[in-house]
Amino acid sequence: MTDVDILIIGGGPAGLAAAIAAHEAGCRNVLLLEREPALGGILRQCIHAGFGMHVFKEDLTGPEYAQRFVQRFHALGLSAQCDTMALSVTPDREVTAVSPAFGLQRFRAKAVVLAMGCRERTRGALRVPGWRPAGIYPAGQAQRFVNLDGWMPGRRVVILGSGDIGLIMARRMTLEGAEVLACVELMPFSGGLTRNVVQCLDDYGIPLLLSHTVTEIHGRERLEAVTVAQVDAQRKPLPGTEQRFECDTLLLSVGLIPENELSRAAGVRVSEVTCGPLVDDALQTSVPGIFACGNVLHVHDLVDHVTVESTEAGRQAAKYARGQGEAGHPACQMLQIRDGAGVRGLVPQTVCAVRVADALPLMFRPAAVFKDAAAVVRLDGEEVLRKRFRILTPGEMVRLVVPKEVLERHAGAGELTVEVTV
Amino acid sequence: MSERTVTCIGCPMGCRLRVTLEGGQVSEVDGAACGRGAAYARQECVCPTRQVTTLARVRGRREPLSVKTAQPIPKAMILSCVEEIHGVCVAPPVRIGDVVVQNVCGTGVDVVATMEVMSKKGGAA
Repeated sequence: MTDVDILIIGGGPAGLAAAIAAHEAGCRNVLLLEREPALGGILRQCIHAGFGMHVFKEDLTGPEYAQRFVQRFHALGLSAQCDTMALSVTPDREVTAVSPAFGLQRFRAKAVVLAMGCRERTRGALRVPGWRPAGIYPAGQAQRFVNLDGWMPGRRVVILGSGDIGLIMARRMTLEGAEVLACVELMPFSGGLTRNVVQCLDDYGIPLLLSHTVTEIHGRERLEAVTVAQVDAQRKPLPGTEQRFECDTLLLSVGLIPENELSRAAGVRVSEVTCGPLVDDALQTSVPGIFACGNVLHVHDLVDHVTVESTEAGRQAAKYARGQGEAGHPACQMLQIRDGAGVRGLVPQTVCAVRVADALPLMFRPAAVFKDAAAVVRLDGEEVLRKRFRILTPGEMVRLVVPKEVLERHAGAGELTVEVTV
Repeated sequence: MSERTVTCIGCPMGCRLRVTLEGGQVSEVDGAACGRGAAYARQECVCPTRQVTTLARVRGRREPLSVKTAQPIPKAMILSCVEEIHGVCVAPPVRIGDVVVQNVCGTGVDVVATMEVMSKKGGAA
């Protein structure tokens, strides 16, 4: 058994930022575990630009963004153990891990930061009829094959789902010489960022078929074709609208799921909306001393937001490891954060208003597309903050900041809600 | 006078810009949340450009090197630039910012590495 102050599980942008912040908060016994052979997480395969606009005021590619944190991590003398799989976390923060280099290891940590990221929804979750031929991949898996491993999954591609990874892969496959026939989206709007629709589909003349889905998969050994049909308002395929696309590859960009097997086994309560742990404003889960940040907490679309959130998690974990984490906790009444109309997946779910330093960041996804809308924050039903937006879409997470003065003015409130009104 | 709607890609806001064109020049831009929107609309309607990110081959490796154009290039040149990049084979070690292709397709823009490749196999940080 090895004692550490803070153990961080996952060496992607969340884990790196948390480790750096914990070190900067004065913690000198931080260990990070990473299951891949290198640090950087999903950013390593995200070779496109668009990272760092908020944190660095620069437009960086994923590997460049990751490298800045990896360099800082090493410059501070922080230690990471790569090629290491965390197997279990207990409620009293004992972590079991396994690696080729060290075999089975046990750690006892004063604080644990969960930063395992998320994984992709697969074909099995969609229940598309047909055989199970080769050539059907989650888009992020294909991204890894192409960008990291140097393999091309196929030549004629259909993409199901218009999440950002699918859009990015439409361009990526095109630039690598494949023909992308269409991007098929079940919903009447794209699931990805607007700039990705513009730069990854429109630029290359790839049609975005909204309110369409794949209804059949053809081919036995290798994918030969897919049938695509239009759907009605209830998302049921409309007979007579079927078209057949001859293709050898189907990429699925149909959603990401926070990877919380370890969290659940540790007794951490998980939200049914975000699929991530329920956390307070310190990003502490329902198990004291276990914190969560990044895509394991809720799926982000901007790594900059992951960095900001994880920096806070690292700082709070350091505080907890020093024995100052619970201060103010039992004493003050916790504010319950609830999704109002048009809002899904507010994080955090509880807040200690007294503890909030200068502002409370709230993140959520709009439940639908809203134009010329306002996000309204209410404390015990009374409107305390209103922010207008030209457009809100489920594909773009909203970050609202509630100033501390607002919370102080309504001290003693029991419930905070956010709703979207048009 | 004509009107066009373009979606600003300067940041994830994705502002819908209403652009008024007079004689091929942009006379008015409406709907931008910040100054970059107007600049983007002018560029996008007159001479659209894109930063290109793609892969180059590395000598002796199957794993590719991620690269980008150091500045945006004309949109119409994307595919020919990618073709030129695919033609090169880079020798390790490579550092972020190393020039992989100079003046790609005569655009005056260099293509630079966005990741590190160590000399020894498997050393990329």
